[in-house]
Amino acid sequence: MFTYLLRRLGVAVLVALTVSLITFSMIYLSGDPAVALAGEAATEEDIESIRTYYGYDRPILVQYGDWLFKALQGDFGQSHYLKQPVALVIFERLPTTMMLGLCALVFALVLSIPLGVLAAIRPNSLIDRTALTIAVIGQAMPSFWFALTLMLWLGIIWRLLPITGSDSWANFVMPSIALGYYITPAAMRLTRAGMLEVLSADYIRTARAKGLRPVTVLFKHALRNAILPVISLAAVQFGFMLGGSIVIETIFAINGLGFLAWESIQRADLPMMQAIVLVLSVFYILLTLLADMLNAWLDPRIRVA
Amino acid sequence: MATRSLPTANEILEPSPAALLRRRVFGHAGLIIGTAVLVIIILMALLAPWISPHDPYDQVLDRKLIPPIWFDSPKVTTEHLLGTDQLGRDYLSRLFWGARISLLIGFSAMLISGLIGTAIGVIAGYFGGRVDMIANFIITTRLSMPVVLVAIAVVSLVGSSLTVVIWVLGLLIWDRFAVVMRSATMQVRSLDFVTAAEATGCSTARIVLTEILPNIMNHLIVVATIEMAHAILLEAALSFLGLGVQPPEPSWGLMVSEAKGMMFFDGWLIAIPGAALFLLVLSINLMGDGVRDVTAPDGRN
Repeated sequence: MFTYLLRRLGVAVLVALTVSLITFSMIYLSGDPAVALAGEAATEEDIESIRTYYGYDRPILVQYGDWLFKALQGDFGQSHYLKQPVALVIFERLPTTMMLGLCALVFALVLSIPLGVLAAIRPNSLIDRTALTIAVIGQAMPSFWFALTLMLWLGIIWRLLPITGSDSWANFVMPSIALGYYITPAAMRLTRAGMLEVLSADYIRTARAKGLRPVTVLFKHALRNAILPVISLAAVQFGFMLGGSIVIETIFAINGLGFLAWESIQRADLPMMQAIVLVLSVFYILLTLLADMLNAWLDPRIRVA
Repeated sequence: MATRSLPTANEILEPSPAALLRRRVFGHAGLIIGTAVLVIIILMALLAPWISPHDPYDQVLDRKLIPPIWFDSPKVTTEHLLGTDQLGRDYLSRLFWGARISLLIGFSAMLISGLIGTAIGVIAGYFGGRVDMIANFIITTRLSMPVVLVAIAVVSLVGSSLTVVIWVLGLLIWDRFAVVMRSATMQVRSLDFVTAAEATGCSTARIVLTEILPNIMNHLIVVATIEMAHAILLEAALSFLGLGVQPPEPSWGLMVSEAKGMMFFDGWLIAIPGAALFLLVLSINLMGDGVRDVTAPDGRN
């Protein structure tokens, strides 16, 4: 168990370092970052002074080492646009995005697990077919279009929910649905497949033969085992959702990390963009690490192999 | 003279594999419907220059926001079946031309990512060991970077154009190809006919190309449909955020974006391109699911 954890941790650190290198070199895609920052009307001297001011004149590896060393201490430099420390701004916006991601995850699981269980109890029934149809439709719907449609019906025509902002809980309902529906199909299919497999296992037959109530067999014996892969899927998808929240946050004007990322990209605020990509990537790496450890703890077959 | 035994009644009644496949294909409603819708959209895209009633870029400012034909409004005219947008451009023509952008980006990005992902996956699955470890590391690294965020950041830094969007998406979404091709190759590699080919002295390239690839082709096709749909949705999202295809190109995602200011008064402006995207992605997904069901050796229904 210990060697497995250590090896897994080592891989996670290596992946994080590689991602940081890619993220850092991203700013050189546009050519010279100093020219990009200076804007169109800048003179040669302006560009030169910007280059020295932000340290773009040093060798790239030195810049990277310096950036990484400071980033490890929680210092991502100054935002070019807001003139505030990047870390501070990100720290302010992160809770909103986390909150949105969690609400979306809860929505997705509350919808998909019961549907998946019902579909598995009666394969090929009306419920199974309905669940499958929802999954197929959900996978094909563009998220921004779904979000706008929700906004139009729930916000404008029926006037049930506020359409923009992030002040009250009601502001989070539509964005959570729009963000969460995207992982519903996968979670539902996984629950269904897991339940189908577990329900045909011998120990379920034993439990039934003992005369246990069907509900007890279903929830205490079957669902507990079938839910494992769904939990690790949920952890991984949570990471994907934080990255994908940029579309939803922009539409609903929610003041989170995604909206900040979009604003920073519009303003060519390079340190901010780098930091957001890095923070979200590292967060995803931590989530998958957590999911793997949880799986290893719950399933001895993984940690021995 | 050797006598050949006559086929038994059972052998005659047993349909040939080709006939069985044909029966499965035509018995699969999803596959048929998906393929039919996709063919219609492809035809729309190919024939756009001839079937479009107007030029998709022509702005007629005194003909702004005419609703589609089924609306009860004095402005409705048969000249603009799906109405006109906020700049007086014919919506039906823009829809036809937009199909070209979606299909072109979806197909090209799928091709690029398919080449990268299949190469990584097959190499990792065939050689195993250290090579597999390195491939796994590359896949994990790619997965940990948020696609939408990285894509719009790169597009904004490089400058957006159709080619840039295709390359950025192609270089980003190869992960599923790699993961699926890796495990499929591993399965096929342990089968007897691969061992036999190795024993007869076939080169690695020959084994991979003639023994392994044909046998993982069905997985490849299924992933290709998923990733083509994925690329189309991503392009639409990028264009919607203003960092994909640029105006005045008639990208469906961009059409939704341009209309969102007016959606509270003219909801059809976002409903039409959105529905087109939905139908396109749905048809590709249905086709992929169908191919998977029809070619899977077990669990056919």
